[in-house]
Amino acid sequence: MSETAFEPKIVGFLCNWCSYRAADLAGTARIKYEPNVRILRVMCSGRIEPSFVLKAFALGADGVMIAGCHPGECHYLEQNYKTMRRFEMLRHTLRAMGMEDDRLRLQWASAAEGAALAKAINDMVDRVRKLGPLTWSKQWSEDSGRVDAVRRMAEEHAEAMEVPA
Amino acid sequence: MSERVGVYVCHCGTNIAGVIEVEALAQWAKENLPGVTVARDYRFMCSSLGQELIQEDIRKEGLTRVVVAACSPHLHEKTFRTACANAGLNPYLCHMASLREQVSWVTENKALADEKAKALLAGAVRRVQLQEPLEPTEVPVNPTTMVVGAGIAGIQSALELAEAGDQVILVEREPSIGGHMAQFDKTFPTLDCSACILTPKMSDVGLHPNIRLLSYSEVEQVTGYVGNFQVRVRKKARSVKEEACTGCGICIDKCPKKVVDEVFEAGIGYRKAIYRPFPQAVPKFPVIDRESCIYFERGTCKACEKFCPTNAIDFTQADEYMDLDVGNIILATGYDLFDCTKLPQYGYSRLANVFTSLEFERMCNAAGPTEGKIVLRDGVTTPKSVALIHCVGSRDKRHHPYCSAVCCMSALKFGHLVMEKTGAEVYSFYIDMRPLHKNYEEFYDRLQQEGMHFVRGRVAEVTDAARMPGEDGKLIIQAEDTLIGRQRRVPVDMVVLLGALQPRADAREVALRFGISCSIDNWFTERHPKLDPVATMTDGVFIAGTCQGPKDIPDSVSQGAAAAARVQGMITSGTVLIEPIVAHIDEARCSGCRICNALCPFNAIDYLEDKAVSEINAALCKGCGTCVAACPAQAITGNHFTYDQIVAEIEGVLYDAVLVNGAHAPKLPDLLEPAGTAVRQESHR
Repeated sequence: MSETAFEPKIVGFLCNWCSYRAADLAGTARIKYEPNVRILRVMCSGRIEPSFVLKAFALGADGVMIAGCHPGECHYLEQNYKTMRRFEMLRHTLRAMGMEDDRLRLQWASAAEGAALAKAINDMVDRVRKLGPLTWSKQWSEDSGRVDAVRRMAEEHAEAMEVPA
Repeated sequence: MSERVGVYVCHCGTNIAGVIEVEALAQWAKENLPGVTVARDYRFMCSSLGQELIQEDIRKEGLTRVVVAACSPHLHEKTFRTACANAGLNPYLCHMASLREQVSWVTENKALADEKAKALLAGAVRRVQLQEPLEPTEVPVNPTTMVVGAGIAGIQSALELAEAGDQVILVEREPSIGGHMAQFDKTFPTLDCSACILTPKMSDVGLHPNIRLLSYSEVEQVTGYVGNFQVRVRKKARSVKEEACTGCGICIDKCPKKVVDEVFEAGIGYRKAIYRPFPQAVPKFPVIDRESCIYFERGTCKACEKFCPTNAIDFTQADEYMDLDVGNIILATGYDLFDCTKLPQYGYSRLANVFTSLEFERMCNAAGPTEGKIVLRDGVTTPKSVALIHCVGSRDKRHHPYCSAVCCMSALKFGHLVMEKTGAEVYSFYIDMRPLHKNYEEFYDRLQQEGMHFVRGRVAEVTDAARMPGEDGKLIIQAEDTLIGRQRRVPVDMVVLLGALQPRADAREVALRFGISCSIDNWFTERHPKLDPVATMTDGVFIAGTCQGPKDIPDSVSQGAAAAARVQGMITSGTVLIEPIVAHIDEARCSGCRICNALCPFNAIDYLEDKAVSEINAALCKGCGTCVAACPAQAITGNHFTYDQIVAEIEGVLYDAVLVNGAHAPKLPDLLEPAGTAVRQESHR
């Protein structure tokens, strides 16, 4: 990758049954897409711990894609709904910490959707490329940023944190 | 503990080597990735010579881990795992990096492809070092099979297995076996009488010593796992003692209560309150419908009991529950017909002479309510013109996007029967004709020659509002004829709606009960759409017939037989290996919070009250890892996808990432440290 242009590094967590097979299909069909996403295979998107995503960001990823079977088509019946819940929670938290939404993406892809997955990857790479490198943890290392982030989180969760009378 | 990793980069002819510098990649791995003892590239790793290369290195170089950078693990993981096992290395210590599907086939820029290949390889090498040896468990297979649903697919499965000498328990919800096929008059394209080819098979089922038939019964609960299922079946009260009944049918003759038969006669015929759906029913025992029986309503009558020569009537019979042990399960639960009232523009239930395809089947059937005469709803008038509307609810984004596969051929069959029996004019309104199988196109040709009219266009409306001369008292079909590009109004006497085949109303519930999955439309999902059409993701549960998707009789029969063959394979081998990729709970770390309990759709997690911890039943666990991710105490380990393994892979694929706090990633040798040391601390600085 060239020195001047920013090329994001994105970690993709793909479930074994639908989305990883979609990636296989994109390959078999020779669909060309951006090489920025490095794919890890898990059995189910339900295996993806929020800490894996945080870990990837901490280690220098500029974006993380979580991919699974379409709702209702999960190989494990309904585990992708749990992924959906975790994703929303994670995004909420990351947003409160000042991270742009486009850096974390939940993508459904059936085993037949190689082209759709490739398109989603291209789209995500484009968006993250526009955002530039992740500077989130840099903010965190400065005191003011940290205080701001904590305040933002407190505001976001004000309702939940309220002590009932 | 330092592992000796062997890295094997496959050229795959030019599939990989044409894009990625494979030699340089292997060299790079050897020089830069900690733990790599041997790194080679080879033209075809999956060839026997390629596999021998790995095996020789395992023996001579003492490799403890193997990484094959080649194609997708879905293609050759098994190949390389077996190769490792044959050389004495536990198969789960081998890992693949998908350079072909994820890099060389999808990346245009060769330099970037090399970069990505390095990252994927770094991830695999780092991960493999933390992988642990695993052993599959071997469990015996109970040779008895349960077949659920006794339509033609289930009947075929049951007979195939029984003929091969295996025990079958056949469960059917309705009082008789036979399914939809028993309702049909003729079958396309041969115009065989449906009952004539089905009823011999039904009686074979009824008489077969290896088949235990549980009709008027439903599966309530399924527990256990492949080879060893426990199924609870509820045998609904027939109010007739099967051991005493001879099936003489006097009770049916004497019963004074007549009700509309919504199931077998599709609502256009009657049956008694004590009934057999049809004369050739198997089993022959009648059943009392307690909803309509006068005795159950008012407490008097008992005509059936008075006239029964063998005292077989038992008004006090209760539902019976049976717990059955089976090794495999075949689901052949069939389909429902689309509810045509959902398309009010076609007038079904509002306009008397609009019929559904199933009503029409019963009408054509010589044993049906009109004794095979095609007549209008008044029961006497023969129609002079009939319109057949295809794709009612199918190929329609508002209802079912899919094609129901059988309607075109049913319409041709109906057209033939109408012309043969009444001489009426027949109009078929179709979107596309899809006569796909053997001799189907020929049948279509034949109907064109017989003078059936084909109008290509989806019907907009069926109305009785006459606007033109000749439309009075008729049903008018308003449709665009797309072949001539004009709107047409066709007045007819009778309309038949070829409703979509749709999943059973309770398909999702049933799928959940058997632990299998459904597509968005609610059809049961097969393990692989092309290469494994009768297995499901749940080992030991197979599917056959229309519960998997719309299909015709020959396809249902093929699937029924195929499912039986799959089950027989399991029975013959006698044991089954259970994949060790499951989760387990470390009791010492479990706080008994029970968060994981509710997350498991397979009920694999039990809470042990006495120890106040949760426990995973490995035989039920499917290894999705959702509980692993949820455990707040990290007490659950997901075999082969442990926290450390996945984090190591993340660290690997990001080996070249620039950390956001400005520092570069740790130099490669640091990656040698066990996961969770140097890299993580740096990132949290």
